[in-house]
Amino acid sequence: MAVLYINGKQVTLDDDPRTTLLDTLRERPGLTGTKKGCDHGQCGACTLLLDGRRVNSCLILAIQCEGSEVTTIEGLSQSQGEQLHPMQQAFVKYDGFQCGYCTPGQICSAVGMLEEVGNGEPSDVTGRGEVTLSRVEIQERMSGNLCRCGAYANIVDAILDTANEHSRKTGGPAT
Amino acid sequence: MKPFEYRRIHTVEEIGHDDPGQARFLAGGTNLIDLMKHEIEVPDRLLDISRLKLATLKDCENGGLRVDTLVTNTALASDPRVRKTWPLLSAALLSGATAQLRNRATTGGNLLQRTRCYYFYDTARPCNKRNPGEGCSAREGQNRIHAILGASDQCIATHPSDMAVALVALEATLTLRAADGRERELPVEELHRLPGDHPEQDTVLEPGELIVAVTLPAPQPGRQIYRKVRDRSSYAFALISVGVILQVVEGRVESVRIAFGGVAHKPWRARKAEAALLNKAPTEANFRLAAEAELVDARGYGHNDFKIPLARRTLIATLRDAAHSEEEVPT
Amino acid sequence: MTNPAAIGQPLDRVDGPLKVTGRATYAAEHAFDQPPLIGWMVEATIPAGRIKRLDTGAAEASPGVAAVLTHHNAPAQTPFGEPDDKGRFTQSRAMLFDEHIRYHGFPVALVIADTLANARHAGALIEISYEPDEEAVTTAGEEADEVPGELDGGMEPDLFKGDFEHAYDDAEVTLDVTYTTPNQAAAAMEPHATIADFDGDQLVVYMSVQLIGPSVKALANTLKIDPDKVRVLSPYIGGGFGSKLGVHNEAILACLGALHLGRPVKVVQHRRHVFHNAPHRGNSVQRIQLGASRDGKLQAIGHESFMPMARGYEFAEPTGASARTTYRTDAIKSTHRVKSTDMPLADSCRAPGHAIGSLAFESAIDEMAYQCGQDPLAFRLGNMPDRDPGTGQPFASHDLAECLREGAEKFGWPSREPQPGSRSQGRQLIGYGVASTIRLNILVPSKTRIRLSADGTLTAWADMTDIGTGTYTILTQIAAETMGLSADRIKIELGDSRYPSSSGSGGSFGAASSGSALLNACENMRTRLLESAREQGLIGDEPADDARFENGQLILGDKTLSFTEVLNKSGAAYLETDGEVEPGDDHDNYSQHSYGAQFAEVHVDRDTGEVRVQRLLGVFSAGRILNPKTARSQLLGGMVWGLSYALLEELMLDERYGAFMNRDLAEYHLPVNRDMPTIDIHFREHPDPRSNPLGSKGIGELSICGAGAAVANAVYHATGVRVRDFPITLDKILRHLPE
Repeated sequence: MAVLYINGKQVTLDDDPRTTLLDTLRERPGLTGTKKGCDHGQCGACTLLLDGRRVNSCLILAIQCEGSEVTTIEGLSQSQGEQLHPMQQAFVKYDGFQCGYCTPGQICSAVGMLEEVGNGEPSDVTGRGEVTLSRVEIQERMSGNLCRCGAYANIVDAILDTANEHSRKTGGPAT
Repeated sequence: MKPFEYRRIHTVEEIGHDDPGQARFLAGGTNLIDLMKHEIEVPDRLLDISRLKLATLKDCENGGLRVDTLVTNTALASDPRVRKTWPLLSAALLSGATAQLRNRATTGGNLLQRTRCYYFYDTARPCNKRNPGEGCSAREGQNRIHAILGASDQCIATHPSDMAVALVALEATLTLRAADGRERELPVEELHRLPGDHPEQDTVLEPGELIVAVTLPAPQPGRQIYRKVRDRSSYAFALISVGVILQVVEGRVESVRIAFGGVAHKPWRARKAEAALLNKAPTEANFRLAAEAELVDARGYGHNDFKIPLARRTLIATLRDAAHSEEEVPT
Repeated sequence: MTNPAAIGQPLDRVDGPLKVTGRATYAAEHAFDQPPLIGWMVEATIPAGRIKRLDTGAAEASPGVAAVLTHHNAPAQTPFGEPDDKGRFTQSRAMLFDEHIRYHGFPVALVIADTLANARHAGALIEISYEPDEEAVTTAGEEADEVPGELDGGMEPDLFKGDFEHAYDDAEVTLDVTYTTPNQAAAAMEPHATIADFDGDQLVVYMSVQLIGPSVKALANTLKIDPDKVRVLSPYIGGGFGSKLGVHNEAILACLGALHLGRPVKVVQHRRHVFHNAPHRGNSVQRIQLGASRDGKLQAIGHESFMPMARGYEFAEPTGASARTTYRTDAIKSTHRVKSTDMPLADSCRAPGHAIGSLAFESAIDEMAYQCGQDPLAFRLGNMPDRDPGTGQPFASHDLAECLREGAEKFGWPSREPQPGSRSQGRQLIGYGVASTIRLNILVPSKTRIRLSADGTLTAWADMTDIGTGTYTILTQIAAETMGLSADRIKIELGDSRYPSSSGSGGSFGAASSGSALLNACENMRTRLLESAREQGLIGDEPADDARFENGQLILGDKTLSFTEVLNKSGAAYLETDGEVEPGDDHDNYSQHSYGAQFAEVHVDRDTGEVRVQRLLGVFSAGRILNPKTARSQLLGGMVWGLSYALLEELMLDERYGAFMNRDLAEYHLPVNRDMPTIDIHFREHPDPRSNPLGSKGIGELSICGAGAAVANAVYHATGVRVRDFPITLDKILRHLPE
């Protein structure tokens, strides 16, 4: 039986290869935090971290992920959601959501995004030089997560604050 | 999704044992899974190639770069060599899709993505690309995103890749492996077809043939600019895109390569425009003549008529930027 | 010390931690002992006609399929639209009823299987042939000539004031222009979703719905069940924007499935379904005629609206609302005509009427300002009304002029070049735009019940919903302030039809209505506490008005009693009180609106016509602000919608099929994060006692009204190109921009 690891726990996959990673999660109690907005890679609500990188879980067959590590929104917080990840805290503080449906995807995307920036990976607005975490860098990099409530500006505030807080604590650059 | 047999393969040699007509290669899946959910793609078997050891970038002796087919769009766009020497490619990649999709999408898969034509996606409507002989709903329908060059009575779809436009302008080459193990080389420019009477065939690949690698040629002189015009500022397919590599020496165009995206069933190498520019002064008037030369046969289908002036204006603007840009690719 | 949870404090959303950890349960996520079966909707592919043949054999034989429901085997229902004297929220929404096809996408079958993959594939195996009607009506334009019964919100279809024809003909400056807005989708991020569970007696329905009470009635009526046997739950909703006001197609189908099988059935609309199976905003044609004196005084305002109405589904959008309410004038002619179409249901979408009415009307006002040779800001300020121009009623309050003045100063409006197309930076043309913002302020009847427990905690119940508006949070604040409790002592329970009947969410009336009911319940609770304390001899005869309620204590005279003490002494485990609110004379006798002024700066690429909004600034006057953090977020969202309506959104109709072709989020363009300009939001906070006991006003729809016109007007100012056909995509600008 094929297995993968969701938030550190081993999960056995069903035997239908058509099952997407997203449906594997959503049909399981306690893992419905990953949302389905379009099921076709056009909204970003299903974003999670697969082996540390953000991806759209709706376009991935679960069987392809055999042996992989999956981190979902539930896995970012500790103690059954009582202790929030800094990005989750910042989304609450800056009101980076309204209806909350795109939010898990936004947060997982933001966490993955800061890793990518830390790796020096460029975006469409970076140009030829080094990455600096400006607002427009965050905006471009978060454009794969639609928010119909229009909380985008607050989302950028939350991410900037999280990145700056991280750099204050580590003494490193803002990423 | 139609039920299928899933098989993960670990070496390319395992490919030959399958009936090539019924199987599809699965890599990132960002387009194939999408289309399978709609049952637009209905393979009997998926060969999961995502764990083949084909995900590295390697320097070539001539200064080029060999990019294995499973290199992700993110990895390719982020590679320091690509950013420095083939910035057109990096820019084109980063203008496409989103970080989530680029983290998953592969080099080979990007080339083989299918059209975004509304009628191709709506399985209730006639579409010659989906079901040959049904007719084309787009010609008389909603066709804002459709082709202005090289279309046929059968199909006016466009190819949506940004990366492919850059690869065509860069004159990159594909390494292909047939089901029987034979390898052949093919310029990227020759991979995609015009629709003609067979719009169901996007490319010239043989059944079961696998893209193994893309090789970027040795660095070429000139400024590289990718300009993508779209309805929103990110996460949208190109209405028109232009990739330009322009070298001006002593007030004359020494070399130039131009490719358009969003205009045809394939990335469109603008050879007429290139010919019109060669050895000419890089002036606004000459840019215009070049654009007009390329677009002389362009035609619209109603909603997409604007693409003809837009292509002209975008090319002129991009050539202007290239001619005045400070940044030159080191050679 | 101020209670950090008091009204007016920027309290973080109380449901925030649940939402950011993925633990808030949306409709499709409720857990059952046995996983629900999954239903997949199969859609009609013609706009009008009949099913000729339907073969479900292959689908029924497909792996995992439990049932295929069609009009042949679906449980009994009340015919669609009955009873016809009831409103659209309680009329029958029958489907799989007979062979009749109402519109493209109308459900013709529901496949119920163990997994989504099995259900969806089996759906593709159903063979259907149709007998299409010879003529399906799939477009509506200026030929629309039916007079709707009434407009959404209760306005009359036609309003004539003064002698419009004379006033217009005699005017020194006239304008006669036609604007169009396209079909638009609400496109909430959560697709419409329902799980229905029937145990042979009770039907329990978890669905994403804004108005719970009417949805119970609609389900009971449609399914021929006693309303007491229907329970609807909707604790978290992934965006509504009007598209989830009532019961929608997947809910009926899930219930039919559950009734048929006696097992829980989950139906989630696929994103492609949502575009036809959830309501959309119809396209509009708006002819606007303005007459003014040479010095810019408006003398005649004409507005004729033409829109589609889905056949058999009475909903007409009041697009003339902006023309009737914003500016002073001598004469008004405002008419609304509709045309019955064989198209998917047109219904409410964020700010019905004003949203698209202001897009056209505030653009036309801008045109008129230029024609009069006036600054668009000055022109607006020169035409401020002293009473409601349409009804003649006095305003409960009016703050539009001050919003315009304050906004202009904050935005830097005076630095604007008067001449359009005169400012640029490199290849970018730069323009400024302004628009007035105005939105109806409504109060609807609402009830609530609260319980103060002996442990000092308070729980409130109402069948109210929080669609992202912040209802859980502001209700917490109202209870916290009134009862003198900290936020962690308060529990707000919403989204269950067993709770007292409330306003629900819609029309920007939710906070005012449900909040006022809660305020009333809390006031009643204070009285009860005082009475109880008196009965127990804990306090004397001091006047009740002197009592204070702070930190979970009742303070009167020299006595400080904890709520717990009072309850323990009385022996009661808890006290319960009810609260309610109903609109009174102030809503009949005064014109009630929220106001704002919005400003935009855009850059237009002179080569490609691409428009990028650089700045949006809004100054808003919406009475007392209950929570500046969540209020700001709602305004922010509306401004994003306005930007989107101006530049991006359009359902692309193929008239041949009566179908929207861009039925996905790749091609129906919502704005992305990178499209966002700098957005600056300011409040002018004036509590309005005529509005409701809280003094608040509606805010959820306010900023969408005007934001789009400000952007459109900025595009004109940048380019000199006036596009009257929304959205302003680059092709429409390009053809007028010199090369």
